[in-house]
Amino acid sequence: MIEWFVDGLVGLMLLWLAWQALTSADLLRAVAMFVVFGLLVAIAWTRLGAPDVAIAEAAIGAGLTGALLLITIRRLQDQRRAGVPDERHAETD
Amino acid sequence: MPKRIERCLPALVSLGAVALGVLIALAVLQPPDHEGATLGKVLEALPDSGVSNPVTAVLLNFRAFDTLLEVGVLLLTLIAVWALDLRLPGAETLPASPLFSSLLRVSGPLLVLVAGYLLWVGASAPGGAFQAGAVLAGGCLLLRLAGLWHPPAVILRWAVSVGLLVFLATALAMPFLTGGLLQYPPAAAGIWILLIETAATVSIAAILTSLFIAREPGEPRR
Repeated sequence: MIEWFVDGLVGLMLLWLAWQALTSADLLRAVAMFVVFGLLVAIAWTRLGAPDVAIAEAAIGAGLTGALLLITIRRLQDQRRAGVPDERHAETD
Repeated sequence: MPKRIERCLPALVSLGAVALGVLIALAVLQPPDHEGATLGKVLEALPDSGVSNPVTAVLLNFRAFDTLLEVGVLLLTLIAVWALDLRLPGAETLPASPLFSSLLRVSGPLLVLVAGYLLWVGASAPGGAFQAGAVLAGGCLLLRLAGLWHPPAVILRWAVSVGLLVFLATALAMPFLTGGLLQYPPAAAGIWILLIETAATVSIAAILTSLFIAREPGEPRR
């Protein structure tokens, strides 16, 4: 009974975190949501009996990808400050 | 892109996502009809694999060719990123702070230890080269953020390729030893797997760190 409750909670939180990470207007917040999402996915893998995948997910999915996304935000900000035109606006016809 | 297609895009994308979700759900709900046989075969052959962790046995022995290609794909990705020449701005270091440097002093050696443990324990329990490499890469990134990551270009080039080189050398040596590609002699299989995994750990850590930096070593800073 308690296992069903924990698994259900993890599953629902995954959906909610994924939605938050995708729809958040604040990029920093979206990345934070993504990192928490990665950690919860690792928990889900453990619950599914795949601890190997869980370790890889925690290290690569949550850790390295989170760091990569954070540095991307920083570089985007630097570019904007340096006056490089935003490609999204340049592309509209 | 025409305006009309652009307007329909969200609907099309969500339709595709829903279709994919339904497919995955159907695949998951379908009762596995062959899992028992495969798992049984793996467990049956486990004593000859040189390791006692079935996951490592499959990745590094029974399906070692797949893993060899995976290590190759990682290296190819890095070469592609270097070739792209993204012209990124110079090193991004965090402002020096006593908190960060003391954190680094404690966590740096700890991360190396954890990586070594994950590599070693992969033979008998969850762990292995990819996990160890990822943890090691995390340590390298901490060094990078502190502005302490200055590996000589030659060493970095060797580090990113040593995994594939050792794996390939093993693959080429095995036909002479056992007569099969990547078929290790059963008595020494554990040593061969550990050798490959150690080299792969170094390469995976170096490749992941280099992907993060995304600038070819030895290139002058712009």
